[in-house]
Amino acid sequence: MKKIFSRPRSLKKAVFHYCPGCGHSIIHRITCEVIDELGIQDRAIGVPPPGCSVFAYYYFDVDMVESAHGRGAAVATGIKRAHPESVVFTYQGDGDLAAIGTAETLHAANRGENITAIFINNAVYGMTGGQMAPTTLLGMKTTTSPFGREDKYEGHPIKMSEILAQVNGACYIERTAVNSPANIRKTQKAITRAFRNQIEGLGYSLVEILSPCPTNWKMSPVEAWQWIDDVMSKEFPLGLIKDTTGRGDAH
Amino acid sequence: MTGNAAIAEAAIRAGCRCYFGYPITPQNELTEYMAAHLSRREGCAFIQAESEISAVNMVYGASVAGARAMTSSSSPGISLKQEGISYLAACQLPSVIVNMSRGGPGLGSISASQSDYFQSTRGGGHGDYRTIVLAPASVQELADLTRRAFELADKYLIPVIILGDGMLGQMMEPVEFKHEAPSALPVRAGALRGAKGRHSRFVRTFTSNPAELEEVNWSLFRRYQLIQKQEASCENYLTEDAALVVTAFGIAARIAKGAIKQARALGLRVGMFRPVTLWPFPSEQLKELSKRAKYFLDFEMNMGQMIDDVRLALEGGGDVSFYGRPGGVIPNPTEVLRVITRVYHQKGLNQ
Ligand SMILES: Cc1ncc(C[n+]2csc(CCOP(=O)(O)OP(=O)(O)O)c2C)c(N)n1
Ligand code: SF4
Repeated sequence: MKKIFSRPRSLKKAVFHYCPGCGHSIIHRITCEVIDELGIQDRAIGVPPPGCSVFAYYYFDVDMVESAHGRGAAVATGIKRAHPESVVFTYQGDGDLAAIGTAETLHAANRGENITAIFINNAVYGMTGGQMAPTTLLGMKTTTSPFGREDKYEGHPIKMSEILAQVNGACYIERTAVNSPANIRKTQKAITRAFRNQIEGLGYSLVEILSPCPTNWKMSPVEAWQWIDDVMSKEFPLGLIKDTTGRGDAH
Repeated sequence: MTGNAAIAEAAIRAGCRCYFGYPITPQNELTEYMAAHLSRREGCAFIQAESEISAVNMVYGASVAGARAMTSSSSPGISLKQEGISYLAACQLPSVIVNMSRGGPGLGSISASQSDYFQSTRGGGHGDYRTIVLAPASVQELADLTRRAFELADKYLIPVIILGDGMLGQMMEPVEFKHEAPSALPVRAGALRGAKGRHSRFVRTFTSNPAELEEVNWSLFRRYQLIQKQEASCENYLTEDAALVVTAFGIAARIAKGAIKQARALGLRVGMFRPVTLWPFPSEQLKELSKRAKYFLDFEMNMGQMIDDVRLALEGGGDVSFYGRPGGVIPNPTEVLRVITRVYHQKGLNQ
């Protein structure tokens, strides 16, 4: 019998601690598949954040270093500058990348740091128990926006990808989702491109991934997938946001 | 050469190829020197970061990748670096952080001050950790201790703070560098460079198991004990026959030396005990000295911080007076001489 589905080599044999239906598990898996495909397991250095994915180093079978909350882009910069042959990626939540780490992210992008950012937008702070994130949608109730997010009081959901697209050093930015097999495949392609850009020395790449958090959205995994289609992707439209690589193989 | 430039040159000669900083007076010459020497050079990294927070985290990244890395700042910027220093300590990443300190609190003043003693010697950030703290008192010593800082950082896998001040950083003195810059250093064992020919590794601080973290704290503590035993250093100046010993560090010790010379000319038996390492504090050496000398005058450019360590070292054994000038006011030797003379007479040491 032919084996058609197995664990990627750069994914450790471990049981994910993520909630059922959580997007982190899917994104870990496809990122590892990309690392395998590109043959960079022995060059990759990952920088996971505080957040639900804080234990990512238990799953990724590549060198990894924990970052302080939000500082991933700076840590990755230090690694890449000290050891340019490595392939460095950050793995960051929306609180991490779009709130506390905004400055680090924006300036790493602006310097055109040759790194890859995998940005998980689940519209909440997962790890700390479902507080409002910078990406929380208007009207959405969280533990710290109990009346529903309202622009007058809590501001609008921030669109980091569109902001980062304004920055010259960023060469590739795409927003995808992991709420259907087709979208998962697109996400995997985008991650591949984001790594490939780095390998080719093209500059800062970021893939923003709309990712379900059924637990804090208080939905079933199926409802969460649907909600990404019906609501979340209306605020955060999927697709290519920026590409100056001139490769033109975007999908 | 200015003190700031001397640190930069000494760092390069110690094999530091990665520097990350953010402008702040009075240490800008250091960052500028690094910009001139490390940017656009193969195998080197210089970044003017977007903040001190970023700069220290770049050091963290470069250090985890095995490089000798450094950042520098002055007091307000050092406050911002504390989160990063805590992570560096937790992950046991060798690194050098220079603080050319200035008056505080707040934005304070850009003038030399010593008000960051507590912050430097008590860890500074969150968590139960220490950093080695070196306190040079001349431009030559800035250069020598910068080299020493990198060696100690590598030896004990620890962040090392060089605590200078605005005056030391900006003053010009002749300086001799005893070493040439190495072409390349071997990559430190344990560095993350990609899992080539070995299993993947990770560096982290977080654990969901307090018992595991307790063990981490114990192992750090054991290393700190070793450092305390092996690395405490000090300078004794005219202490053999001293009836009154001035305790002072860094630039204050420099000023005190001038005052002590004048006091000696007046026939007063005054000497000085100067810690070169602020952490570990040379407690044993001071305790030893207190067998001969009973009267101490602690002089600092703050409201009295090192005096706590002086008292702890003396274990209630000595008579300790204090003179301090905070806020970036730089007292001159004549002023300190007046204090020395007053204390000398008050304590009846002229009899
Ligand atoms: C300096 C600091 N502040 C706050 C925290 C607490 N904290 C840990 S993770 C996190 C945010 C998690 O949200 P996100 O980045 O969106 O990731 P997710 O858990 O949703 O994957 C916060 C606030 C911290 N670890 N460090
Ligand atoms: S809380 Fe949300 S983001 Fe965190 S593991 Fe659970 S589903 Fe995933």
